[in-house]
Amino acid sequence: MSQGRIARRFAALAREGRTGLVTFISAGDPDLARCADILAGLPAAGADVIELGMPFSDPMADGPAVQAAGLRALKAGQTMAKTLGLVRDFRTRDGDTPIVLMGYFNPILQYGPERFCRDAAAAGVDGLIIVDLPPEEAEPLATPAAEQGIDLIRLVAPTTPDWRMPKVLEGASGFVYAVSITGVTGTALAVEEQVAALVARIRRHTDLPVAVGFGINTPAQAAGIARIGDGVVVGSAIVRRVEQAIGPDGTVAPDVARRVAGFVAELAAGVRSAERAPVS
Amino acid sequence: MSNVNTFRAGPDERGHFGPYGGRYVAETLMPLILAVERAYGEAKADPAFRAEMDHYLTHYVGRPSPLYFAERLTEHLGGAKVYFKRDELNHTGAHKINNCLGQVMLARRMGKKRIIAETGAGQHGVATATIAALFGMPCQVYMGATDVERQKPNVFRMRLLGAEVVPVTSGAGTLKDAMNDALRAWVAQVEDTFYCIGTVAGPHPYPAMVRDFQAVIGEEVREQIMAAEGRLPDTLVACIGGGSNAMGLFYPFLDEPSVAMTAVEAAGHGIETGQHAASLTGGRLGVLHGNATYLLQDDDGQILEAHSISAGLDYPGIGPEHSWLHDRKRVSYVSATDTEALEAFQLCARLEGILPALEPSHALAQVRKMAPSLPRDHLLVMNMCGRGDKDVFTVAAALGMDI
Repeated sequence: MSQGRIARRFAALAREGRTGLVTFISAGDPDLARCADILAGLPAAGADVIELGMPFSDPMADGPAVQAAGLRALKAGQTMAKTLGLVRDFRTRDGDTPIVLMGYFNPILQYGPERFCRDAAAAGVDGLIIVDLPPEEAEPLATPAAEQGIDLIRLVAPTTPDWRMPKVLEGASGFVYAVSITGVTGTALAVEEQVAALVARIRRHTDLPVAVGFGINTPAQAAGIARIGDGVVVGSAIVRRVEQAIGPDGTVAPDVARRVAGFVAELAAGVRSAERAPVS
Repeated sequence: MSNVNTFRAGPDERGHFGPYGGRYVAETLMPLILAVERAYGEAKADPAFRAEMDHYLTHYVGRPSPLYFAERLTEHLGGAKVYFKRDELNHTGAHKINNCLGQVMLARRMGKKRIIAETGAGQHGVATATIAALFGMPCQVYMGATDVERQKPNVFRMRLLGAEVVPVTSGAGTLKDAMNDALRAWVAQVEDTFYCIGTVAGPHPYPAMVRDFQAVIGEEVREQIMAAEGRLPDTLVACIGGGSNAMGLFYPFLDEPSVAMTAVEAAGHGIETGQHAASLTGGRLGVLHGNATYLLQDDDGQILEAHSISAGLDYPGIGPEHSWLHDRKRVSYVSATDTEALEAFQLCARLEGILPALEPSHALAQVRKMAPSLPRDHLLVMNMCGRGDKDVFTVAAALGMDI
């Protein structure tokens, strides 16, 4: 099978000897047009991989910032079809930056997993992170995703015991998502020693790149985690920049995309400052 | 579920009832949920666990609850002989405590240090806070901010019992949102905390475990009706939100082909208005709160807010075993509106001197519909799963009365 964008991107990062920045935004936040602007600005600002949230009414693994972002998008009329449309438009200008859709299983189940994977692949989606779909229940999505060359990204948590790692990582592709805290997104700060221990445990079971997410908020923190993982995921702190661009009367500051890009550039500088030994 | 001759074999080892059930949770929770399953399996096989539970059910909860022949209601309806299973006479006034006792005992057995729970009307919250107090464990109850406002007496009760009530402001601030936040809280303190789910829903093993703890209702009915009538009942009726009181009544009878079963969902303002809580009648297969089941949702898979005058039925989903029994046509699922429930509430108060909770008032509304056309020797048992004291303010408002 030919390598997908995710594998190519992490291979390139390894050659450069640096860690990737993975940025999360919620599709359709604050509305479809401005989300498209924000999305378009991410690669130039330093995002190596883009996670695009598929809004869901009941995001039970997300903290307040990502919950609010999803609700803003739903209120503005976001649908799964529009989310795939965002990716399709993005791909007309950028053929290299991997896009991973992140969300919950129900909207995909209603769309139809096979039709969803077909449409997602056609739009240019490279991976899926479905938070409430553990490997035990993943088959209905894993099979059509594999057929379409979409990586179903597996999550490993600090609570995942070693005996369970083979089950979680069975059939994993793309990268492995290390959940750095026991908590929902953006609600606690990742502790470097604990992250290092978790990543080391994961690496004993897979050669896939490991991206670390949940609980990384600042450029300095991103720099610290970048010494440990192959990718650093920032979500809540980015969507909070969108939230801050919305006035009390609901009007969105015209420079919201520039503000988000500015923060992403700071994060990218942090991640790129981390010292890592180049992989030969 | 390979044995097609039984309806009692589910779930399978992965927690599935046909296409329903399962374990749709974040990886952070998976190891813990597997641990709950293991611990529950061990507890179930331990005679000492059962014996201790029986002790508390008898001396603390007040079981067995009576099976009462509702003579005046029977006369009034002029058909089937109507019995009430009086689970509203349990300590804390509803069937919820049967399950809380079992789960908190399990939590203690697992060495957990604290209990969290979600609640809608507050009945499950009160029952959880009660058992947590009994066993000296700290307890946090997640409750939608809207429900905190409209169920103040229960909020106060929980606080008196030493529980911390956490108002949930996300979403519409009702039961569904309370469950989201309880799950979020659980993820954040997974090592030392036990999540006590109030109904036959959530990730496996909860639907089966809660059913097992509630099955005492049906087991007692079997003994009591044999003593009273010398034979099994012909029809069982129960209301259904998540569906724990109905599963508890039905489960011991599922393999008795002569026993018909009817479960009553909340039709709110009417199914046709879209403002209801009837997941089986108005919903379709989806995934929420850890299980696959019938859900109220829009075309894009976003979960809809439910509506019912009864806060305990105000949930857009239903236990996965009910979804399966519905598809297999073993149980008949019907609905009753807010108005029908209110009428049944008032009828029961005047004819039987019992204020039913608004939840079983839905079951009673169905009894009113079906009993008159049934023969006089037809034995009908309805689960009076909660008492109506908590609902007097809601009923007064609905009837336009000032109290």
